[in-house]
Amino acid sequence: MIEVSRISRRFGRRWALVDISFDLKPGGALLVAGANGSGKSTLFRVLSTAIRPDHGTARIDGHDLNLDQDLVRRASALLTHQAYTYEALTALENLQIVARLVGADASRAALLVRLARVGLEKRGDDIISTFSAGMRKRLALARLMLQEARVVFLDEPYAQLDPDGFLLIDTIAHELRERGTTLVIATHQLERGARLCDEGLVLDRGRVAWRGSAADLPAHYRAQAGDA
Amino acid sequence: MRQLVAAFRKEVLLQWRGRAQFLATVVFGATALLLFSFAIGPNASALRQHAAGFLWLALLLSSTLTLLESFQVEMEQRALEGILLLPTSPQAIYYAKAIANWLQLALLGFVLIPLMVVLYNTTATRAPELVGVVLLGAAGLSAPGTLYAAMASQARAKQTLLPLLLFPLVVPVLLSAVKATSLIILGDPMGQRGAWMMLLVLFDAIYWSLCGLLFGRVVEE
Repeated sequence: MIEVSRISRRFGRRWALVDISFDLKPGGALLVAGANGSGKSTLFRVLSTAIRPDHGTARIDGHDLNLDQDLVRRASALLTHQAYTYEALTALENLQIVARLVGADASRAALLVRLARVGLEKRGDDIISTFSAGMRKRLALARLMLQEARVVFLDEPYAQLDPDGFLLIDTIAHELRERGTTLVIATHQLERGARLCDEGLVLDRGRVAWRGSAADLPAHYRAQAGDA
Repeated sequence: MRQLVAAFRKEVLLQWRGRAQFLATVVFGATALLLFSFAIGPNASALRQHAAGFLWLALLLSSTLTLLESFQVEMEQRALEGILLLPTSPQAIYYAKAIANWLQLALLGFVLIPLMVVLYNTTATRAPELVGVVLLGAAGLSAPGTLYAAMASQARAKQTLLPLLLFPLVVPVLLSAVKATSLIILGDPMGQRGAWMMLLVLFDAIYWSLCGLLFGRVVEE
């Protein structure tokens, strides 16, 4: 469950988010769309506690963003543009660090299964600095799955991935939804995103410009872009 | 405790992978010791007098390299942010890194001591006591050093910022470590070494507890 109440955030003099409010029921999925710089990534970073809002608050899985940061971090996981990996370590070592920190099974066998899930089982012992951007994204996805979070934020999940990677994201998103995970996805792949989500939200210069069903979002977004 | 052990294992692994950087730091420290000895000239008595000071200056200068490097790897793909977004305690992350930096700095000190003996014409007959001072002094540098390196690594002028922040703060540690080392090398007829060591222990305790508390604030955003 997500309840966002009048969240604002600025960087210097520029407001990146202004009075953002919305809610999402447990197990729901929200598609967030918007042009580059509209505030999608900032919103995700605020909701996952990477940065604090200047005003407003949110409840993630029932926990207050400003008061219960640790509980929000237990409940949520973020996939973002950054892979959150150590370049000098191997894929397995990177996963092992996260597994040990979150108390998951950190055995080689268990982690190889995780890597196989994202198509990296043959690259487990390779150093990350030799990975392509798409492979890093796949590893970041395996890392995210380790957290077994109840609320998952996917910021541009399709970016840098090949067509197989697109299918992988779709499959994992469906699986997460079947498990009852609350999902928030920001993507420019509007039709794909709309197939995964029930609700849609469009951001424009840090403000909520439109709210409705995810199925209607692509048409609305294009019409709005045409008007502009 | 589980998180501290897990984070420490990560630090050891990262340091092992970055061992070439450590070797470069050893060369840097050795070069600093060599240059300081050139500055004194061939006066054996003066060299012995200043040996302890130059050893700790070489360690202090080298520490800025190792401390910054320990956060450089965290910034490349925002790995530290990724770790902090997990349900982990910032204290566990801090203490794991500070302990790893402490051990690395102490190891550097152990490597530089024989070089100091050769270059500064000193003796190292009381090696266990020297080891003790190096461990205490390195602890006093690494605790605030880790905190400030975390702060400086987010800034653009990190190479300049870290020494500016760190050096004034560690003056008491530096002074105590130099005095204690000097008394071990040159002799301690007045029995003052214990007092300087106690002062080192006191500052270590203050730095290790305060910096652990402050780390969460420093890495927030």
